[in-house]
Amino acid sequence: MERLIVAGFGGQGVLSLGQMIAYASMFENKNVTWLPSYGPEMRGGTANCSVVVDEAPIASPIIATPDTLIAMNKPSLDKFIASVKKGGLVLVNSSLISDKVNRDDVKTIYVNANEIAHKIGNDKASNLVVLGAYIKHSGLFTKDEMLKTIEKVFAAKAKFIESNKAAFLAGYEL
Amino acid sequence: MAEKKLMKGNEAIAEAAIRGGCRFYAGYPITPQNEIPEYMSWRLNEVGGHFVQAESEVAAINMVYGAAGAGGRAMTSSSSPGISLKQEGISYICGAELPCVIVNMVRSGPGLGGIQPCQGDYFQAVKGGGHGDYRMLVVAPNSVQECVDIMYDAWDKAEKYRLPVMILGDGMLGQIMEAVELPPMKDPATFPKKPWATTGEGTGENRRIINSLYIVPDELEAMNHKLQKVYDEMAKNEAKAEEYLLDDAEIVLTAYGTVGRIVKSSVDMLREKGIKAGLIRPITVYPFPKDAFKKVGEMKSVKEIVTVELSMGQYIEDVKLYTECKKPVKFYGRSGGNIMAPEDVVDFVLKEVK
Repeated sequence: MERLIVAGFGGQGVLSLGQMIAYASMFENKNVTWLPSYGPEMRGGTANCSVVVDEAPIASPIIATPDTLIAMNKPSLDKFIASVKKGGLVLVNSSLISDKVNRDDVKTIYVNANEIAHKIGNDKASNLVVLGAYIKHSGLFTKDEMLKTIEKVFAAKAKFIESNKAAFLAGYEL
Repeated sequence: MAEKKLMKGNEAIAEAAIRGGCRFYAGYPITPQNEIPEYMSWRLNEVGGHFVQAESEVAAINMVYGAAGAGGRAMTSSSSPGISLKQEGISYICGAELPCVIVNMVRSGPGLGGIQPCQGDYFQAVKGGGHGDYRMLVVAPNSVQECVDIMYDAWDKAEKYRLPVMILGDGMLGQIMEAVELPPMKDPATFPKKPWATTGEGTGENRRIINSLYIVPDELEAMNHKLQKVYDEMAKNEAKAEEYLLDDAEIVLTAYGTVGRIVKSSVDMLREKGIKAGLIRPITVYPFPKDAFKKVGEMKSVKEIVTVELSMGQYIEDVKLYTECKKPVKFYGRSGGNIMAPEDVVDFVLKEVK
């Protein structure tokens, strides 16, 4: 079972990052729940989602101790870092978070997602850069499974497929 | 295999409604159920149905009253404060013996409260939020797939008994996304005829009147008995519960809807600690699955029952009633829109239950 929390500012694509995992799970015949925070969130406010992936049917969609935390901004890291399971994985968007993670019992990956997204000419795809790094380090899905997922999810917006794949691969190959 | 789609609970409810024959929706926006009217606003048009964003919740439920009286498969949806406003209409619909479907994606209260998930509308839903002697079929799904399955057959049941079916969810259920299998579109031509509906078809055998006014006490009493017979029949046929690891359970956790799911994880965690925990989750909260709960009350292995709910303690009253107070019942709840994690329930059991 993988229990993932993705958190950041509204507008950073944290909900859609979680949804990419949800779609990949469905395409690969795994069970998945995707539960967003909702309400007064807006661009610039905080948003997060909880994603559970499992071979078996999923009971609780509520996550108290995530296996993985993806923190896209500083308030999100501060809010969730203590809850991450011992031995868990933490992905930090180091473009916006200058602090180092103050725990030595988790594996931490720093991704300067905004700079990488900017370099490949797709400023909005910092979430996909982090997704690439997450998939690389978690092994939750293969590279090809995720590329296939990106193609299917963006099928209706075909012009974004290549740049989104590029962002994903840039994160994956870090 | 049926087509599989990743959908929010709210969207899945709307799509399953249409596949189950719904062709009329009236509602007024409120968080956390807005995806239902949003989806209906474009989707109903595709199948030749009608969508109305009403001027108020009161208007919406009365439009459903009218559409149901004319024989249509009609629904409305809202969240707690909006459902309060609909109560008069719900009572009238019950008095007029009309089938329809009402969705309540419960938020926190009282008053305007908040917009986060809650289960504080239990009493309103199962004990009668409107006036008069009436009952509805109230179903509390715990997953997006269960939302689909229940909505798909909701009008079949509503029409069988000629009463409203209420889906009692919460904000969590409305917002969560899961992969679902969608059943095929039902063909309206196969729906049973409604010899009572005011269809304007011309002269029939009987004059058709949709009304809930009975001025003569004997006539109304006869009507009350007629309705009660229907409610008794419904209670006999429709009560449903899920049981999980109950057979040897010493501590029985019980919860409905999404909380039933959270608690299922708690049961697994307790079992890992060597504690014989089990779960009973009512799927229908009215009719309450009395027999299943009576059995739990009578089970020799069971030492204690814990109800878990997102309220200050409403569901616990039915648990005590239908286990006939044969076992001690403890209460663990969160409110205000806060949600317990499975671990919180485990901690409560370890601390409070012997």
